Amino acid sequence: MNNYLLIPFLPLAAFLINILFGRKYLKENSHWVSILAVAGSWIVTVITLLDVLSGKIINEDLYSWIVSGEFKASVGFLIDQLTVVMLIVVTTCSALIHIYSIGYMRGDKGYYRFFAYLSLFTFCMLMLVMANNFLQLYFGWEGVGLCSYFLIGYYFDKKSASDAGKKAFIVNRFGDFGFGLGIIMIFLTFGTAYYAPVFSQAKNFAAQTVNFLGYDVHLMTLIALLLFCGSIGKSAQMPLHVWLPDAMEGPTPVSALIHAATMVTAGVFLVARCSPIFSLSETALTVVALTGAITALFAATIALVQKDIKRIIAYSTISQLGYMFLAAGVGAYGAGVFHLYTHSFFKALLFLCAGSVMHAMSGELDIQKMGGLKKYMPITYWTMLFASLSIAGMPGFAGFFSKDEILWLAYSGQSPVGKFVWVIGALVAFLTAFYSFRLIFLTFHGKFRGTHEQEHHLHESPKTMTVPLILLCIGAVASGWVGIPHLLGGGAHFMEFLKPVLGHSEANATHTEEWMVMAISTIAGFSGIGLAALFYLVKTDIPVRLAQKFNTVYKTLWNKYYVDELYSFIIVRPAIWTAKNILIGITDARIIEAVVNGVPKGLGEFSRILRKVQTGLVQRYAAIMALGLLIIVAYMLWR
Amino acid sequence: MNDLNFPILSALIFLPVAGAALLLLISRSNESLIKWISLIVSTAAFIISIPLFTEFNKSTHLMQFTEKHSWIPSLNINYSLGIDGISILFVLLSTLITILCVLISWNSIKAKVKEFYISILIMEGAMLGVFCALDFMLFYLFWEAMLIPMYLLIGVWGGSNRIYAAVKFFLYTLAGSVLMLVGIIVLYYQSGRTLDILELTAKTYPYPLQLWLFWAFFAAFAVKVPMFPLHTWLPDAHTEAPTAGSVILAAVLIKMGAYGFIRFSLPLFPEASRAMTPVMLALSVIAIIYGAVICLAQTDLKRLIAYSSVSHMGFVTLGIFALNLQGMEGGILQMINHGIVTGALFLSVGMIYDRTHTRQISDYGGVASVMPVYAAMFMVFTLASIGLPATNGFIGEFLIILGGFRANQWAGVLAATGVIIGAGYMLWLYQRVFFMETKPKVAGLADINLREIITLLPMIILIFWIGVYPNVFLGFMHESVKHLLERVNSGGAHEASIAKNILEIIK
Repeated sequence: MNNYLLIPFLPLAAFLINILFGRKYLKENSHWVSILAVAGSWIVTVITLLDVLSGKIINEDLYSWIVSGEFKASVGFLIDQLTVVMLIVVTTCSALIHIYSIGYMRGDKGYYRFFAYLSLFTFCMLMLVMANNFLQLYFGWEGVGLCSYFLIGYYFDKKSASDAGKKAFIVNRFGDFGFGLGIIMIFLTFGTAYYAPVFSQAKNFAAQTVNFLGYDVHLMTLIALLLFCGSIGKSAQMPLHVWLPDAMEGPTPVSALIHAATMVTAGVFLVARCSPIFSLSETALTVVALTGAITALFAATIALVQKDIKRIIAYSTISQLGYMFLAAGVGAYGAGVFHLYTHSFFKALLFLCAGSVMHAMSGELDIQKMGGLKKYMPITYWTMLFASLSIAGMPGFAGFFSKDEILWLAYSGQSPVGKFVWVIGALVAFLTAFYSFRLIFLTFHGKFRGTHEQEHHLHESPKTMTVPLILLCIGAVASGWVGIPHLLGGGAHFMEFLKPVLGHSEANATHTEEWMVMAISTIAGFSGIGLAALFYLVKTDIPVRLAQKFNTVYKTLWNKYYVDELYSFIIVRPAIWTAKNILIGITDARIIEAVVNGVPKGLGEFSRILRKVQTGLVQRYAAIMALGLLIIVAYMLWR
Repeated sequence: MNDLNFPILSALIFLPVAGAALLLLISRSNESLIKWISLIVSTAAFIISIPLFTEFNKSTHLMQFTEKHSWIPSLNINYSLGIDGISILFVLLSTLITILCVLISWNSIKAKVKEFYISILIMEGAMLGVFCALDFMLFYLFWEAMLIPMYLLIGVWGGSNRIYAAVKFFLYTLAGSVLMLVGIIVLYYQSGRTLDILELTAKTYPYPLQLWLFWAFFAAFAVKVPMFPLHTWLPDAHTEAPTAGSVILAAVLIKMGAYGFIRFSLPLFPEASRAMTPVMLALSVIAIIYGAVICLAQTDLKRLIAYSSVSHMGFVTLGIFALNLQGMEGGILQMINHGIVTGALFLSVGMIYDRTHTRQISDYGGVASVMPVYAAMFMVFTLASIGLPATNGFIGEFLIILGGFRANQWAGVLAATGVIIGAGYMLWLYQRVFFMETKPKVAGLADINLREIITLLPMIILIFWIGVYPNVFLGFMHESVKHLLERVNSGGAHEASIAKNILEIIK
């Protein structure tokens, strides 16, 4: 039985039902359709997990999608260890966030639309991770991007929201430009777009070079980097990270599901999935590692000074995604996917907690206007605290194990930049702990700094919201326990499980060094929390004085290094200016039209002369006709 | 071969013409009868065209449903019809589009109703004739016959600047066609007095002649496509034309140019076509990027969609002149896609124009709040236009970029940038019209009614049908395209090898 087909197609059915009947008939009951569908997907996913654990791998086509000559692509499914990990992440987070949304979105006029989009998103994301060929991957890839566009711009009557949705879509298109060319290069190289033959034959092309746009380049490096363009866009890495902070315009459950737990990790999934290609190019891996490391640091520094609760978490997401790429770039794909998996729980939880806080604060986002919320909303406080401990890498929490695995493999692996990215990684661990606890302390501790009305209104969120928080909290704390390293007496089961797909990265160092790496990242985490406590609980005047003293630095961070302004200046405005002033104003109007209108004008002159002949006098016409006839007859006779 | 024992193509072509003749007999005051007769006739033509779809034999490149009767024996001109895997989809598209044009004009055409529907039906007959004709004289007759109703549609029922647009359209296309006529006459004498298209396309012509004729035909086809820099008539014609005119123009008329390249230029002049490929690819890529960038600065809804057509048709010509299977099939499919999507966009714009009487984008805003069904349908067309996977636009564009990249890497890469800009201008358009605060001109508008939904529904079904299961449509083309490419890519090379052999023997 093809049970697994239910995993993506249940949410698709829910989408169709909601979009067709939601507005008129289902209305505030729309959530039932979507929730039942995603719950069904989750159950089938668990069954599929058991199958895969017992060694059953599925790779089959449903039907052939596009056939043109030797080009073939199908709608087909590959369910292996990597897929099933992604399935667990996607269906679990999606199901919990669906439930949370009942409470969060209650009373919204687009209720049915919201759940329709959530179902569509779940469908596309599942198609993405379950694909067995690059074209279906691309379908899912664009599909989740579309849902992201819909959901970011969910409050479409707000200009900022519709701007943000559009921006997300278009920025991603820049990445997908490379991704699409990568797929074309893969087809032209391997003669197929299916994973299995591509990955098994990749080795045969390891030394090949190819002429690309006039340059001779290493074939596998080219393909890997083109694919990575897609990852950069989807996973909001530098320089295409600009869309993710703006994406916070969407409802908070969307930020949790799409912009933290699932969609943005698709880029990491892509690199992991294509690890047989990336592994053949040291250059490509180095680019991946450096992009990840630099983005991790860059985003973490911005997060230090932001005041908007969701934007802080958004930058934290960019930074953590950077970690995952850092891992993949040093060849530790398994560790990257491990972090993807733990991150999905604690980051979704952070967002949902932020949503809970906003719910209590009547939509307020500025953490400077919060404070002391601990006593009003204990469940939100404790779950968010656990999520923050996890992201800060406190020993025992999920984030500790995955982050440690990444840093250890960066330190000990073969990568030429391994040590360098390890240093950055450790520094980012410190920054992460600091900004995460800055958020906790400013929001939940100290005195309330908002208005009286807000204070009066403070309350814990309803059960539909707190229950998902508690369930995700279990994941944020315990999901890492499946990957406890051998050093700590664990079995590293997670990495072992993924070994058949992602291979194994050799650690090239001693146990002592492993303890040392672990100690350093733990100390970094503790000192980050400690410093945050000092700044925001004990000596609360320090941050203000620092901001004044290093005003330029502060301004630069506050303005996110002015990247948005730069893009507007070098891309957006020149494009529109060219269109207006050169293409319409000069080429079309002055050059082409001048020629075109010039010809009829010339003809017009000619016709004016002719018009003198056309007097409208019938007699004269008759006379001219007679004359003509005479000439013709004369000609015939003379001939 | 399929044998229906029924001259189905003649029936298709002359049913609308007969319908138009019938309309002549009806009193002009009986408008609703005129509309209903037009609807019935166009629907009947569509129903007649369905057996073409179901009975078509996909395993051959030969012409099917053929008819041949002597017409002017002294000049060896025949009445000869037939369709193959390249033309069949256009026949179906034309019959479908005509129904939608009748429906969309139901309430929006108020003056000279009788003449309007006569023009539409004659237009349909001529369009079908162009796609079915297998004799050059017959082809040319239909080709020119299309001009007149279109000229009238723009010039009589158009917007404020309609005369300028109509005359411009007429002069452009006529100038191109005349050069083609000269080309046809040359071919006639060159080939020993035949106008049979199949015979002509099987012969070989000396290279210099091919080159001259390639450009003569280019003049006719490139204007119609329209290719850069012959495109400036299109924005004017589209902007001024009534909705039905824009739809026919976008969906079928401008396809004739690309169709002409495939049907005539390539098989008649294979060596010249191959030699001119760099020029054609360059013009295509320029059209893609130029058309897309210029859309960023448009302030008029219809003008924007018109320029986007220039960009999308650039993809089509790129695919055709990639001269490989993926490019060509993508190009043909994209012609159908563009017909569906741009046709649907013009239909949609017409619907809202009927309500607000403004084409200025800045007058709109927040339409999604007041017209949710309309907004949802327009979104589907927008997504198809920007080539989202699972819509038809993706299949066409992907195959074209793949084929284009194979033919010339730069062409493929540059064409792909058009996809980025495409998302830019379409989503920006959608945002300005449908999102944000509701503008005064938009407030209180009624959502689209059942007639309008029925008009758009076939387009939505086709968008997803082609997007999800394109093999039904690609399947029609495989054999014909393969055959054509063999002709184009081996034409000349074959003779060269023969010549070489002869030289060897002589030595």
